[in-house]
This record gives sequence, structure tokens and C-alpha cells, in this order.
Amino acid sequence: MDPILIHLIKIVGVVGVLLFICAYIVLAERRICAFIQDRLGPNRVGIPLWIRKDGSAIQIGARWALGQPIIDALKAIFKEDFVPGHVNKFYFWLGPMLVMAPALMVWAAIPFGSTLCGVPMIIADVNVGILLVFALASLGVYGIVLGGWASNSKYPFLGGIRGSAQLISYELCLGLSVIPLFMQVGSLRLTEVVRWQTEHLWLVCYPWNWLPAIIYVASSFAETNRAPFDLPEAEQELAGGYNTEYSSMKFAMFFLAEYANMITASALMVVLFLGGWHLPFVPVSGGIAVGVAHICIFLAKVCALALVFIWVRWTVPRVRYDQLMGLGWKVFLPLALAGVLITGLAIVAGWSPS
Amino acid sequence: MKIERKPLTLWERLYLPAIISGMMLTFSHLFRKKVTLRYPEEKPEMPPGYRGQPVLVKDDEGRVKCVACQLCEFVCPPRAIRIKPMAYPENAKYKKVEKTPEEFEIDMIRCIFCGYCEEVCPERAIFLRGPYSVTGLSRKDMVFNKEKLLELGGTLPDPIKKWRKK
Amino acid sequence: MPDNLTTPTPAAEMVNATINGIKVQAPKGANIIEAGERVGVFVPHYCYHKKLAISGICRMCLVEVGGPMRGPDDKPVLNPDGTPKIAMAPRLSIGCNTPVTEGMVIVTNSPAVKQAQNAVMEFFLINHPLDCPICDQAGECKLQEYSVEFGKDASRFREEKVHKPKQVDLGPRVMLDDERCILCSRCIRFMRDVAKDDCLGFVNRGSHTTLACWPGKKLAGNYSLNTVDLCPVGALTDKDFRFKMRVWFLKETKSICTSCATGCNTVIWSRENVVYRQTPRENDAVNQCWMCDAGRHNYKHINAASRLKKALVSGKEMGYADALKQLGPKLKAALADRASVAFVGSGRATNEELYLFSILAKGGVSDCVPRTWDGDNFLVNADRNPNGAGAKIFGVAAQPMGSKLTVIADGIKAGRIKTLIVHQEDVNRRGIGADLLAKLSLLVVVDFRPTETTKAAHFVLPGVTYAEKRGTFTNANGRVQRVWPAVSLGGEERSDWEIFRDLLRETGQPDRFGDIAALFADMAANVKPFAGLSLEKIGGGGVQISVT
Ligand code: SF4
Ligand code: SF4
Ligand code: SF4
Ligand code: SF4
Ligand code: FES
Repeated sequence: MDPILIHLIKIVGVVGVLLFICAYIVLAERRICAFIQDRLGPNRVGIPLWIRKDGSAIQIGARWALGQPIIDALKAIFKEDFVPGHVNKFYFWLGPMLVMAPALMVWAAIPFGSTLCGVPMIIADVNVGILLVFALASLGVYGIVLGGWASNSKYPFLGGIRGSAQLISYELCLGLSVIPLFMQVGSLRLTEVVRWQTEHLWLVCYPWNWLPAIIYVASSFAETNRAPFDLPEAEQELAGGYNTEYSSMKFAMFFLAEYANMITASALMVVLFLGGWHLPFVPVSGGIAVGVAHICIFLAKVCALALVFIWVRWTVPRVRYDQLMGLGWKVFLPLALAGVLITGLAIVAGWSPS
Repeated sequence: MKIERKPLTLWERLYLPAIISGMMLTFSHLFRKKVTLRYPEEKPEMPPGYRGQPVLVKDDEGRVKCVACQLCEFVCPPRAIRIKPMAYPENAKYKKVEKTPEEFEIDMIRCIFCGYCEEVCPERAIFLRGPYSVTGLSRKDMVFNKEKLLELGGTLPDPIKKWRKK
Repeated sequence: MPDNLTTPTPAAEMVNATINGIKVQAPKGANIIEAGERVGVFVPHYCYHKKLAISGICRMCLVEVGGPMRGPDDKPVLNPDGTPKIAMAPRLSIGCNTPVTEGMVIVTNSPAVKQAQNAVMEFFLINHPLDCPICDQAGECKLQEYSVEFGKDASRFREEKVHKPKQVDLGPRVMLDDERCILCSRCIRFMRDVAKDDCLGFVNRGSHTTLACWPGKKLAGNYSLNTVDLCPVGALTDKDFRFKMRVWFLKETKSICTSCATGCNTVIWSRENVVYRQTPRENDAVNQCWMCDAGRHNYKHINAASRLKKALVSGKEMGYADALKQLGPKLKAALADRASVAFVGSGRATNEELYLFSILAKGGVSDCVPRTWDGDNFLVNADRNPNGAGAKIFGVAAQPMGSKLTVIADGIKAGRIKTLIVHQEDVNRRGIGADLLAKLSLLVVVDFRPTETTKAAHFVLPGVTYAEKRGTFTNANGRVQRVWPAVSLGGEERSDWEIFRDLLRETGQPDRFGDIAALFADMAANVKPFAGLSLEKIGGGGVQISVT
């Protein structure tokens, strides 16, 4: 088959699945937060199969609100797309796009399966994979800053400023926290990282990787603007933060990008620490069935991690801004450096297999 | 007043144990009984004396207590009430009461549930009672007429039998 | 309304007195209630009414009275500082039947007076039913008002009240509730002294005293409803107004009755553009405090469902402006030959309308419809046209009124008259039948209700009733009195004077009557009897002009 066609199919497939998961992770978040608060959450709208003459509908999954993402999307699309008069129109439009695009682009370098019919399940297996991922992910901050700035209104502006400061700070910790892994694997190629884990144990199984793992998880909360580090959009302080002035689909873009980022962070976590598509007792290579199984394993791990993200959000209260900055620079940065040192020692001591 | 904060121990400052115990707590809540009331299939039980929407009541003889004095119409701040009085027809059972509403309308869109009508009524004929769900598909639907108000109100026995002695 | 008060003739001898420490000058013979009114001291009263004989039976007006003391030598006793020493009467006196005398000292706010008022109120309420919710008087009831001001807050009466007849059919228009009657006898005195139709009286004694009609009589005269106005409580009620609307919702608009040439001053009571009742307004030059029942109830046409709310062009409804646009050229062409145009004005129109009509009708034959039946010797005038006098002043009516109607009919029959313009009259019933109307090439009618004539008309422009417009009427004695708009139907209808103004403009007359004030000023400048008048000068009470 034409390699371009294959790539197109992979791209469409990845984006489709990603957006689908995004939609339903929103629903999951609403349901789970409701349950955590002893409520029921959305439980009315199923997927309509047939609308009767009297206006009632035959629908499936109404109890689980399986149709909720559909009507949410419809609502977002059909709401008035209001652009306030005082905004800088061009950047106001650019903001949401700049947020959404990197969140999707990152997936180009993430291996989401082994091979299917001999085709590697990654869109672009570049040899600087992790660097590409970080480079693209950090582009998202431009969207937030632009959105906040173009809104020409104080709370969005503050939200944008907070966002940029926070993202840049934690970018550092994030980067430092994964260095030990590549010291062990010896390659920046993400498929290589997964392959290493299929041959040895998952990276999280080595005690000297625990500290980097914790720093990585905490930093990715901050990177994705999720509680307890959701300061750029703190409702109580900033009336919604950088997206206050946005409505309709533009707001939905910000909203979806947050979830897309969350899934991306989960996927990276899975790839870096949790063995990617690998699961013990599942053959590392085989026919179509094994290839599909690997994809499913990967998705299952990603979703499980995403659920943890949600779980954390509805448990931990938001930190203060100075605490956030202190944590990033004064705690995580030295600890991440220490992690590099410890891993180096472990490698020198020969504890790490390679 | 100044509250002394206890310095945190190292264990506490690690945060992770606290976060994990918090997560266990929220996890346990996932499976608790839910408090949500699935309105409109399930309806809340209103306590006696609940102050819902204004309705008209009948006395234990089934007489419409309102005599169309129009005081409530006068006192109603948003002018939600409309009354058309009439004389009881000749040989009506309650001819001695003389006056009765021919039409009594409350525009529930206008009503602000202030209860002035109940307070001003000299005949104890209008009350803010149990019904709380005021819905309709058009503005016209939301204008409740005498029949509807009486049906919602039901009977409310009153020890004072003012008109019996007349 | 100072224009409504009788100014005492300056010749009247004045006496000096003091009420609550305020010096007052009152004409000799005036009672304490009247004297108090002059300086703003209110003495509560039920049975006293300034237009009725004094009976002094309610005891509500009790006051403390004193006068200069005289010694055994019949000389005034003086205080050490030289002022006359005042001796207060040991008992309270009724204010209504005590004339003010020189040097009299009156106290209406002493504890003794307050206690007396309180006690009188308590007595009134002993047997009074708890009827306010169903009583039409509520809101304008003197018993309610005084109860709040002078009464107790709670009743001490625990016994069974005396029961008297309720819902008594006293006459064709009046309903009596004897339990509510406070036995003030105002109604009795009015029927006996003013209406000269002695039909009411008290029967039984003590707590059981009851108002009733003399055997074989009914309260049926044409002035019976004035007793309803007089009754300070809800004992007498108007059957027409009974249970229709609470008085506190009603807007009061000054007006005059247009049912006869007397032009009794009235108040129109309306709510949300519906007229509910009319009551007389005091004007000693016209109707004192009274009006006749027929005039009072003659308001139903104002809110009749059949009212014209749109212009009609050949029977088809049309907007006013469009109809005017179509009518204009036709009317202008027709008026070019004045001899072929006839006009029927109305003795029910205002002076302003008649003035415009006379300008329009100049050179053509015009007349009005006479309405003369029997008058009485009190208020009702034989001429039932409220502005017959005006129609004569402006020359719209022929001399005598109605004499030219046959000329018009003949003219139409002979084909000489091809255009007829009618204001507010159903000429079909006045000798110009449908067959004649059908012969006309242009029939324009300005009216507020459909008639046989409007049916035959080519153009009908929707006018209004007297309750919807501004203007003046001239009564039989030459008194010019104003009306004000009380209601509005909200359709395409216009004040008739606006219609005539528009017609004049459409037919090429200079447009100089912008609003009613400008129109009146123009009329005052051009019509001699109105010279020097303005709407403000006429005010609520009217102005006398000379009609020769
Ligand atoms: S509750 Fe208040 S607003 Fe509603 S009808 Fe009664 S008086 Fe009017
Ligand atoms: S106040 Fe009471 S009696 Fe009077 S009209 Fe209203 S409901 Fe009827
Ligand atoms: S007469 Fe006056 S006090 Fe008596 S019932 Fe009527 S309104 Fe009430
Ligand atoms: S009916 Fe009225 S006016 Fe006549 S005596 Fe009784 S209270 Fe007075
Ligand atoms: S007013 Fe004086 S006794 Fe009635």
C-alpha cells in the first residue's frame, strides 16, 4: 500500500480515537466527580436510536448518559460564538487553535502499539522522539498566553500569565525527570524505550526510578493545568482564567485541549514508565490479533491513568500560587537532579540492566 | 485572635501519605448511597406548612371561601392576580354570602411568591401551599384560573364559621 | 378645587372664634364643622351633609365648646391680663348643630372629645356586620375610615349581633343592606327635601331600628342613586355597580354628563380603559352634589363591543390614514360645488368639533338633530342634546333646530344634494332613509358606533365618546364646561375634532389647529361668545358665557 495512504489512515485513526476518548473522558469526569460527591451526575441522555412521533426517543445507555458528549458537542457548536468587542480578534482566534493543535500533534511521536500487518503503530518514529514530544507540548502554552492576552481583560490576562510561568517552570522538572530513563535505555526514540521495557522490566519497577516517576506525574498535572495545579483557570480567583471571554466552539477547544493534554500525558507516562503496549504474558510479536491486543492494552493503560488524573482532581485541593512555584523550583528541580545522580550511580554500580 | 499553627512533621510534609489517604476516602465515596433525587420521577415530600405557590381553598362544606374582595389583587406587588367578581345567582346555595369570584386568575410567571395575598385575605381563602412545581408550555398555560387554583388548593378546614351565622 | 366651593357673599356678617387655638372667621350661622373646614380642622361626621337639613343624630361630631364668661352683672369676666375669661360648657356639643358665635372657643382634640369619638365608633360597630370583604363601599366607607382614625383596634362585643334584613330590594336601582345602615338618615332627608319624593323612613326602635320604604312605595325616582352617594356606609348600593369593581382600582376623571343640556358635573371612574361608574361632582352653579339616575347610567356605550375601531371605506375596514388619503381628493372635489353638499352636525359634539364642522360646512346647508322631551323642574333639561347651545352659536344647527332636515331630504330626493357629511347622528332614523342615502354619490360619517347610516356610508371615520376626548360643552344656561379623556379603546379611532381637523387639511384649508389648545385659542379669537376664554380658565368648574 502507498505509505502516504497508510500514514493518512493512521493519522485519521489516532485523531479520531483521541477525540473520542476526550469526549468520553469528560463524561467520565462528570460521573466520577458526582459519585465522589455522593451525587449521580449526568444520567439522562442515551444514544438516540429512533425518535417517536410524540417526541420521545428510544435510546441506549441513558442511565450512563452515553449520549451526553454528543449533545454537549452539539450545544457547543450551536451556541452563539460571541466575540467581545474589546478583544484583539486575530490572536483571539489564534489562541484556541494554538492550544488544540499541539495537543494533537504530540501524538505523532507516541507509539500506541507494536506492529499491525507489519506496519509500526506510530506515526513518526523519530530518533529524538521525547524531545519532539516535549517541544510540541510546550507550544500549547502559547495558546494559553495568547488567549489570555488577546481577551484584553484582566482575569484572562492573569490566567495567561500564570499559565506561562507555571508551564515553563514545570517543563524543566518534566524534562529532568525523564533523563534517568534515557540514561538507562540509551536512546531518545520512544519505540526504543518501549522495546527496552519489553526486554527487561517496566521502568517503574526499578526503585531508583520511583522518584522521577513521582516528579513526572506531579509535573504533568501542572503541565496539563489540572487540579491541584489548575491555577490558570481557577474559577474562584480568576472567574475562569484565560478562557473567561471565550464561548461556544472556541471555549470547547480550550476545554477539549485540556483533556487531550491529559491523555497525552497519560500516554507518555505509559510509554515511559509503564511499558507502553507491553503486558506480561502477552506475546511481544505475532499476527493481527496480537497487534490489536497491543493497541488495546496501551489504550487501557492510558485510560486507567486518565481516571487517576480525575480521581486526584476531585480529591486534592488547589495549591496556592507561591506554593506551586516553590514546589517546582525548590523541591522538584533539586529532586529531579538528584534522580539523575542516583540513576547514574545505579548504572555505574551495575544495578541497572542494559 | 492568633491561632498557633503546629509545625508539620516530616511525615506530614511529605504530603504523599495525606494525598493517598485522601484518595482512599474519595474512592470509598464512589460506592456510597447517592443523595440525588431523580426529579421528576421522584418527588420530594413537602413538609407541612410548606410555602409553595398561591392557591385557593374551599372550606369543609365545599364552599369556595374567596368572596372576591379583591384585596389580594390590590396588594399583589407584581400584579399577578386578576379577579372578576360576581353576585351569587338567585337561589344559589350560598346566596347569603352574596359575592363570589366569577374568574380568579393568577399569572404564575408574574407571581413572586411573596405571600402578601395570603396575609391580606380577610376570608382565609388564598394560601401558599404544597404545590411547588409551576410549569407550562406557554405564557397562557402559566395563567392559572379559578378551577385550577381550587383544584390545587383543595379543602382547608377553618374553625371560624363566619358565614354560617349570617 | 377652589372653583367648586361656594364663596360666601361678602355681605355676610362674620364672627370670630377659636378652634384648637387657631383663630377663625366664619359667617354668622355657620356651624362648627364648616368653621373648622375653613382652617383645616376636621370634625368627623356622618349625618351632617352641607346640602341637607341638619338632623344631629349620629353624635360623631361631638366637640368641646366654650364662650366668654359673664358675671352676675352680665358683664364679661376678665382674666387678670384683660382677656375675657372663657367658660367651657360642662358637656360636649354636636358640631353640626352648633352655630359659631362671637368669641366661641372650640376644642376638637381634647381627651374628652377623643374618648367620645371612640365611644361613638364603638357603638356604631356593635351591630355592624363584618361585611367589608363583600361590601361595595369598602375603600370609600366613612365607617372604615373613622374606625381607623377614631375607633378602637379590637371589639369588646362578645354577644350575638342584632340581625336585620340583608339584600333588600329597595327600588329598581338601589339595594339596601339594613345591617350596615348606621341610621344617619341622610337618604331619608335627601328624598324628602331634595328629591321631593318622601319614600324612606325608620321603623322599629332601639337597636332594631331599620330603614325601610313607606308601605306601597319604592325608592324608584330618577334621583334615587344620589342616596347611594350620600350613604356614608355600604347600606345603599348601586345595583349597576354592585360587585363590579373595587373603588380603589378606579381612576377618577373629571367630566360632565352629556345626557341632557344641564351638563351635570361628574367623575368618571374607570380601570384599564373600562368605565365602571359615574358619580356627580359638586358644582353649585350647575348640579350642586346631585345627578339623575338616567344620566349616571348612560355610559354603557363607551365600552360597547360594537364600537367602531377602524375606518370603513365602502364597508371595508381600513386604517385611518389610508381612509383619509382616499377620502381627501373626493371630498375636495365634492366641496367645490357647495350647493350640492349638505351637513348634519350633532348637538352632542363639543364646541371645538362644532367650530371645525361649521368651517367645513360654510356655504352648504347644515342642521342638527333635535332631541326635546320632557324635563323635570330639578336637573333634567328638556333638551337632551348636551351642546344644543353650542350648535346654535356656531350656526351648525338651523333655527329652529331640525327644520332643515327635510330640506336636506328633499334635496337628496331631487338630486340637488349629492354629498352628505354626518357627525354622530343616525340620519336614517331622522327622515333621511336608506333609499335617499343610496342616492348620494358621497356619504361621509364620523361616528363611534355602527348605525344604519354608517352602513350606507362610503366613508366612516371612527370617532370617540365624550369619555375619550378633550373639549368643552355649552350647557342650556350658557356655561362652558370641560371634559377630559378617561379611557381609550386603543384602536384606530380619533377624537372627532382631530378628524375634522384632518378633513379640513385634506380639503386644502390652512392647517392651523395643531392641538386642542391651539384649536380653542383659534375659536376664542373667531367666535364672539368665547372671546377671552382658554381651556385653563374654564378649568374644572366651567365658565359662564352669554348666549343670546
Ligand atoms: S404570592 Fe405575592 S406575588 Fe404571588 S399572587 Fe400572592 S401577592 Fe401576588
Ligand atoms: S383576598 Fe381572599 S377573599 Fe379577597 S379576593 Fe383575594 S382570595 Fe378572595
Ligand atoms: S359599610 Fe363600611 S364598614 Fe360596613 S361592611 Fe361596608 S365597608 Fe365595611
Ligand atoms: S341607608 Fe345609609 S344614608 Fe340611609 S340612614 Fe342608613 S346609613 Fe344613612
Ligand atoms: S354629624 Fe353631627 S350629629 Fe351627625
